[in-house]
Amino acid sequence: MDMLTARIDSHGKALELLSQRQKVLAGNIANADTPGFKARDFDFSAALAQARGEADGGAAVTSNRHLRSTTLTQTSGGTPRLQWRNAEQPALDGNTVDLDRERAAFADNALRYEATLRFINGNVKTMLSAITGQ
Amino acid sequence: MSLFQVFNISGSAVSAQGKRLNVVASNLANADSIAGPDGQSYKSRQVSFEAEPVPGGEVSAVRVTGVSESDAPARRVHEPHHPMADAEGYVTHSNVNVVDEMVNMISASRAYQNNVEVMNTARQLLSKTLQMGQ
Repeated sequence: MDMLTARIDSHGKALELLSQRQKVLAGNIANADTPGFKARDFDFSAALAQARGEADGGAAVTSNRHLRSTTLTQTSGGTPRLQWRNAEQPALDGNTVDLDRERAAFADNALRYEATLRFINGNVKTMLSAITGQ
Repeated sequence: MSLFQVFNISGSAVSAQGKRLNVVASNLANADSIAGPDGQSYKSRQVSFEAEPVPGGEVSAVRVTGVSESDAPARRVHEPHHPMADAEGYVTHSNVNVVDEMVNMISASRAYQNNVEVMNTARQLLSKTLQMGQ
């Protein structure tokens, strides 16, 4: 892989997934008062490992007749497979959005997004200073 | 870019909660309305929400499906000297429950604030993404 941009590439994938998760969490917060709405989310670390093409942590396949034990973390379109949150205090109208938890997750995700952006910026600056040789 | 859809999702929620706040205002304004000559008093109104999937994903925005009128019994007050009193001396008021409406108002206002904050965060993240690499 290209040495210059390999690291930026991997951070870029994380950024894409973080922005998708931000969208999912925004959907949960938007539907906090919708009767029957089920809160969604996805396993970020599993989705990132899959996006980076890393091992998925399933049992080893030593024969081509073995079934793969991996859980599918992505849909065929490359977007992470969404799962349903377990409601700790489900509402009577069937809504499972826990607003405190969603807001915490949203703030956490925003922070991670900014951190990833800073990593990318740092990498770009490092590479630029290497190129200019000053 | 998924973060742009956050504006659609949270925008739909802000609009829905704004509508709910409008209905609360209408109910509170008419809390003391009495029946007109037709004998029909003001009926308390409630909005209903429904999750609406955004294109290209399983994430949902929110939509107001309609405004329904409450069929709670109207409040009847014995005021024999009132010009609008009926043959038995009762005046029919609206069926608005002021306590319910205040709770509704607080809930709508909090949900509105939450979604505005989500949009603010998404805006900040997007503007930082635009400055990436500078």
